[in-house]
Amino acid sequence: MNIQPNLSWRFLRVWWRNVIVYRRIWKINFLVPLFEPAFYIFAFGLGFRNLVGRLSYAGLNLSYTEFIAPALIATAVMWNSFFETTYASFVRMIYQKTFDAMIATPLSLEEIILAEVIWSATKAAAAAAIMLVVLAPLGFISLPAGFLVIPLAFLGGIAFGAIGMLFTGIVPSIDMFNLPIFLFLTPLFLFSGTFFPVSSLPLWAQKASLAFPLYHLVEMTRLFSIGRMETVPLFSIGYLILFSVVFLKLAMLAMRRRLIQ
Amino acid sequence: MTPIIEATDLIKRYGEFTAVDGVSFEVRAGECYGLLGPNGAGKTSIIRMMYGFSPLSSGQMFLFGQDIERDWREIRARIGVCQQGNTLDPDLSVEDNLAVFAGYFCMPAPRARARTEELLGFFALEKKRKAKVLELSGGLARRLMVARSLINEPELLILDEPTTGLDPQSRHLLWEKLMALRKEGVTLLLTTHYMEEASYLCDRLMILDYGKILIEGSPQPLIKHYVGDSAVEIEGVDETLRQYLVKNHINHDVLDQRIIVYADNSVADHIRHHFCAEKCTFRAPTLEDVFLHLTGRELRE
Repeated sequence: MNIQPNLSWRFLRVWWRNVIVYRRIWKINFLVPLFEPAFYIFAFGLGFRNLVGRLSYAGLNLSYTEFIAPALIATAVMWNSFFETTYASFVRMIYQKTFDAMIATPLSLEEIILAEVIWSATKAAAAAAIMLVVLAPLGFISLPAGFLVIPLAFLGGIAFGAIGMLFTGIVPSIDMFNLPIFLFLTPLFLFSGTFFPVSSLPLWAQKASLAFPLYHLVEMTRLFSIGRMETVPLFSIGYLILFSVVFLKLAMLAMRRRLIQ
Repeated sequence: MTPIIEATDLIKRYGEFTAVDGVSFEVRAGECYGLLGPNGAGKTSIIRMMYGFSPLSSGQMFLFGQDIERDWREIRARIGVCQQGNTLDPDLSVEDNLAVFAGYFCMPAPRARARTEELLGFFALEKKRKAKVLELSGGLARRLMVARSLINEPELLILDEPTTGLDPQSRHLLWEKLMALRKEGVTLLLTTHYMEEASYLCDRLMILDYGKILIEGSPQPLIKHYVGDSAVEIEGVDETLRQYLVKNHINHDVLDQRIIVYADNSVADHIRHHFCAEKCTFRAPTLEDVFLHLTGRELRE
């Protein structure tokens, strides 16, 4: 576990703090992942059915809603974890001074950061689980393999939570989060094989997609949902793990530079 | 016996600015030690180095004989820190603020609950246990801050301006609680802008300015040594009095509207007879006289 000496299992105490806070507001929060996929499926199912028809993906012939349903989980994972470690963590850090109080206890800054990222991944996994409840009965996700989407969402949550935390370590003010959202998350959201297969893009764009963490998350989600993917599973999982570790480390460095003076 | 705090040649630089400039001091077990000084003197910087938040630019800081830069985790388990601002967790209730904080010290849950109850009782917060932190008045919030810093039964309690902004009732209540803790053997280190508070609570103190120690000692001897037996405030600035004071090397401050003379009893008598044409006030000198005399009267910020 010791990627560096300042890390111990004590980080779970900070993670638990977030669980306690969340327990009081979960009833409102779980409505979003419950209804969001329903809206998308409903809108795309009705609206695009006559425009798009069927499409081919990794050798499968899919309806448009069958194609995008798994991607909805992957994008929800991205938005959930990224928003948690940007806006929510920033508020805790700057406005509530929650981190200041924690740093006077035997917790290290690195443990606090790790806990925030793991918490964002927990929320992402919970959202994925709720979406599963909607999408599996509708036949968009085949069980039991589909249950693997939950641990996958946790891994994806760490990756995007870590990027969010890196931005939190850098941005001067909370308004600046608009920048990474529109310049980084929105392109990912659109060009990661979410709404159309990457294989239908020109070759250079296909190659570029390989660098997108969301592409690999979408791919893996499809594998667990419909049994097929365009890339190699080990490569996609490996990329997500490597991405998570690298950005977690960068986030810790940025936060140490920001907070410790 | 090993001192509780042993700071040697502490230096803290922020870029070009030197906030703490070669400060050394010791705090012994069971005493209450005060850090005094105008805003920007370096008090909070010293405290941040003390609990291992800010790295030292140079020098050494030992707590319980252990190096804070190496053994910060063990040291922090044995100290309580009450920071200057309100750092309570607004997402949690009053009692959860204590119970969750106990978790950061890895306290077992039954122990954490018991300690939470003890502290709610000790600081008269029981009726507010379910309240949200944002609903608390300044006095209650500060009491909860101090309560929280005691959750791990610290041997050393560090308080950065614990009574700033409190009404007299809350302040006196907090003083009583701090005195009670000291009786139990807890070592206290505090910063304050209230000289009355420092005289009342502290066994020893230092006055800092521009990152350096000006004086260190016990309140009463310091007052006796730096301002003498009494302080005389004479209204109006009388030139002959001024010349008399300068010629006889008598400690004094010249203000816009008055002169304050710090002197022993014979000089005070002389002034009473010769220079008190208008209004004169004789009073006991205080730590505030020492503070203002040494750090000057100009505004700092």
